Amino acid sequence: MRPFEYSRASSVGEARTLGGRFIAGGTNLLDLMKLEIETPEKIVDITRLPLNEIKETGDGGLKIGALVTNSVLAADERIRRDHEVLSRALLAGASGQLRNKASTGGNLLQRTRCGYFYETSQPCNKREPGSGCAAIGGFNRIHAILGASTNCIATHPSDMAVAMMALDAVVETEQADGHNREIPLRDFYRLPGDTPHIENELKDGELIVNIRLPKPKAGYHVYRKVRDRASYAFALVSVAAIVKMDGSEIAEASLAFGGLAHKPWRDPKLEAMLVGQTPKRKLFEDVADALLADAQGQGENDFKIPLARRTLISVLSEATQGA
Amino acid sequence: MNVTLSINGRDHALDIDPRTSLLDACRDHLGLTGSKKGCDHGQCGACTMLVNGRRINACLTLAVMHENDAITTVEGLGTAENLHPMQASFVEHDGYQCGYCTPGQVVSAVGMLGEIGDGWPSHVTKDIKTGTEISGDEIRERMSGNLCRCSAYPNIVDAISAAAGKTKEPA
Repeated sequence: MRPFEYSRASSVGEARTLGGRFIAGGTNLLDLMKLEIETPEKIVDITRLPLNEIKETGDGGLKIGALVTNSVLAADERIRRDHEVLSRALLAGASGQLRNKASTGGNLLQRTRCGYFYETSQPCNKREPGSGCAAIGGFNRIHAILGASTNCIATHPSDMAVAMMALDAVVETEQADGHNREIPLRDFYRLPGDTPHIENELKDGELIVNIRLPKPKAGYHVYRKVRDRASYAFALVSVAAIVKMDGSEIAEASLAFGGLAHKPWRDPKLEAMLVGQTPKRKLFEDVADALLADAQGQGENDFKIPLARRTLISVLSEATQGA
Repeated sequence: MNVTLSINGRDHALDIDPRTSLLDACRDHLGLTGSKKGCDHGQCGACTMLVNGRRINACLTLAVMHENDAITTVEGLGTAENLHPMQASFVEHDGYQCGYCTPGQVVSAVGMLGEIGDGWPSHVTKDIKTGTEISGDEIRERMSGNLCRCSAYPNIVDAISAAAGKTKEPA
């Protein structure tokens, strides 16, 4: 690990003025620092900031402090009762030890697990812009089938962010100049394009302070994660779904996908296809085909296209019967 | 840099490089070598410690970030003469082969039972709105962050199940 200057912030304002890389749970950042993939010169410890509560908002939603741990968030009674898809996604990710340390804000910012991003002897445009992408034509079993570019085919690893995408979460930040802003999660992440090293809309020195959930989405909540092991493995494909029925028709639907792209994937046209319709196999197949119309395999990950299709059909079947 | 760590109920003043992980601080600076370094990347769980009662990977956190935290290592759970019930259960059920992962397994299991006691659900909990009960499936899922290269898993699950049963009995 490269040497760094360590400081501890006692307020959000102080964190901002100290300047440097923020560290909270550290489970991803320190891992990457050990491998010298991340080499910050200054580290600002934000773990003492008063951002570890989950508060109810006036409109029936919840404001989750950026430092709330993944395990506390998953176990929160309000999340379990009203936003079950989020509890389920969190519990499907990482291990007990990691969830006890990982923060809500940090989870949103975790880096890809692409093997070439981790292997510093290999080219990677995300780690070293302009060096190339060794995953294209390489070992790319876990890589993206949607939204990739000729510069990067990495996937976003978070389960939590997929559920939050389906829940229309909003990221609240404080910028380096002290101004606050809100970024809907659907606008927070970027596709790789020509700049895969820039993964989200945060600016230098901007700190996530809260993540807000709007009022609960009624209906059947499901988070289906398909992976190589039954526990403690990243998703090959995951689907977060919330489906509300009105009699025999689908009244509301919210869908988000993990393991498919550089960001948690949301495609509103799929939801529009479902609303007002009677659930049937043909409808689910059409929706899955619409999701994957532009899907492109890279060789080893070609299987993800039929896997995503089948997983979505299965999830929609479960959700419409359960709702 | 100077930091005071509270480990197993005792304060330790240290002057360490900020890069020092909590695990290395304990092992290399304080002689507390019970916690093991397996992968050093948060994947194996051999370094598991309790911080303020919750289990974490001590290899993936900086010691300087833990001023004023109450840290418990395996040395703080029991002694050779007076084993913690979880340690005794691992002995009774032969919950290891080489033993390298065992301190992490034991500390993780103690933390895990605390989580179940607090009603925390897991990935295999059927209805997360109502709560959870201890079962083999729950233990296997919740202990997935502790790897055993000897694959002593069946006996590890037995040891934890038995210890969990004992802790439920009235004192």
